[in-house]
Amino acid sequence: MDINDLRSISTVLAFVSFLGIVWWAYSDRRKDTYEAAAMLPLDDDSELIPQAMRTNERKSS
Amino acid sequence: MQSQATYNYKVVRQFAVMTVIWGIVGMLVGVIIAAQLVWPELSVHEFLSYGRLRPLHTNAVIFAFGGCALFATSYYAVQRTSHAPLFAPGLAAFTFWGWQVVIVLAALSLPLGFTSAKEYAELEWPIDILITIVWVSYAIVFFGTIAKRTVSHIYVANWFFGGFILTVAILHLVNSAEIPVFAAGILTPKSYSAYAGVQDAMIQWWYGHNAVGFFLTAGFLGMMYYFVPKQAGRPVYSYRLSVVHFWALIFTYMWAGPHHLHYTALPDWTQSVGMIFSLILLAPSWGGMINGIMTLSGAWHKLRDDPVLKFMITSLSFYGMSTFEGPMMSIKTVNALSHYTDWTVGHVHSGALGWVAMISIGSIYYLLPRLFGKAEMYSTKLITTHFWIATIGVVLYIASLWIAGVMQGLMWRATNVDGTLTYSFVESVKASYPFWTIRLLGGVLFLSGMILMAYNMFMTIAGGRAVNDARVPVPAGAH
Repeated sequence: MDINDLRSISTVLAFVSFLGIVWWAYSDRRKDTYEAAAMLPLDDDSELIPQAMRTNERKSS
Repeated sequence: MQSQATYNYKVVRQFAVMTVIWGIVGMLVGVIIAAQLVWPELSVHEFLSYGRLRPLHTNAVIFAFGGCALFATSYYAVQRTSHAPLFAPGLAAFTFWGWQVVIVLAALSLPLGFTSAKEYAELEWPIDILITIVWVSYAIVFFGTIAKRTVSHIYVANWFFGGFILTVAILHLVNSAEIPVFAAGILTPKSYSAYAGVQDAMIQWWYGHNAVGFFLTAGFLGMMYYFVPKQAGRPVYSYRLSVVHFWALIFTYMWAGPHHLHYTALPDWTQSVGMIFSLILLAPSWGGMINGIMTLSGAWHKLRDDPVLKFMITSLSFYGMSTFEGPMMSIKTVNALSHYTDWTVGHVHSGALGWVAMISIGSIYYLLPRLFGKAEMYSTKLITTHFWIATIGVVLYIASLWIAGVMQGLMWRATNVDGTLTYSFVESVKASYPFWTIRLLGGVLFLSGMILMAYNMFMTIAGGRAVNDARVPVPAGAH
């Protein structure tokens, strides 16, 4: 076995691990975690700029 | 805990303001060299000659404008999605001042003619060392903040920012490996690359393409994943897709570099690997673009009267365009026509102006009022004007260079029946003038938009206050 076999194996392993990530990301177990994570940027608005929040609410209504 | 912790807005504010300032400087240099191509007599002094100003332009727009935008947005997003103030605020302040010193040194040394002659890595070894120190500090601040987060999940934007920070550190260290000529002194530095021949070329373009992939893409995708949901007021279209997007991009980008070296001394198989990985890159790129644009699904009406959102969504459209164009240009037979022509320059600017600059501009417009205690920017109308000027500028720029590039490629390969070349090189230069003039006009428009932005920014600052009391939410488990 020479270095090129090692290179081929590492390429295949990288691809398999990527498929694993896809399977893992789309598994049902992750659903709730991801829904919570997706809200992270939206839950943090500062109450210090109340005008900004009101403007946003007005625009979204 | 009696007094509640506050977010570190100071360093974000500094970087945000400097983004606009360096954007104007970098784009002004771009406009000057575009004008020099049309009127060569504008090259008045060796310090201001095309060959020295061109690397100044690329360094200023990528590392000064783009870099400051990345620092500002990553520091803001990582704090707010981690529910923790920045780790090591002193070190964060050092990254600001250190990065500004790097920029000033670049602005001095490049016109003076000090260069290591590696594209996008021209800065000489003393500046390379300073960049390393600043970058390691950046990594400590960023990952330290993630480590002390009070929420369990690391938000996807931080994955992209983190991937960008780590990869750029590796790229910089490997590509800038060089042997200094100490006899030349530190003030007049000179160095030679640690690599030679085709290895040097391959490492340079491994660096060069990953500078595109990680500095100019992953970091700005981090921006997209934070600021598009914020501005649209809704979560990202698919969080699962964003996870797959991240890993697909990481796995693929690393191998695309050889497409910069088609038909060179680089082994043929390496060129083919580069081409195939560049083609595969279309998938993660478009996956990410669709994820960003579809975040607006069900709220498209917001685009109508929100120019900040217009900037963001248009930037994603340009991202989609240039990441379609890129893989096509990496196909060897297409590259045989496009390489060394202005098509490449047009492609780069479709990405740099259309995607990178526009997503940054949108994000900075989002940040400025929040950093200066205002409900919104001084003038929303001016943002709309900026948006249209910038968009028309990009379109003029890339369309004229598409035409110029394809024309140059066709003229260079045209042969007579007896096998001699139909055109001399200078004939293709002459034929390019009208398109270079249109390109200059596009650049002037884009620069004018940035000047409007600066005016809008200073008027917003004038009526505002420096916000330093944005409170970090108390962890949910603290009761």
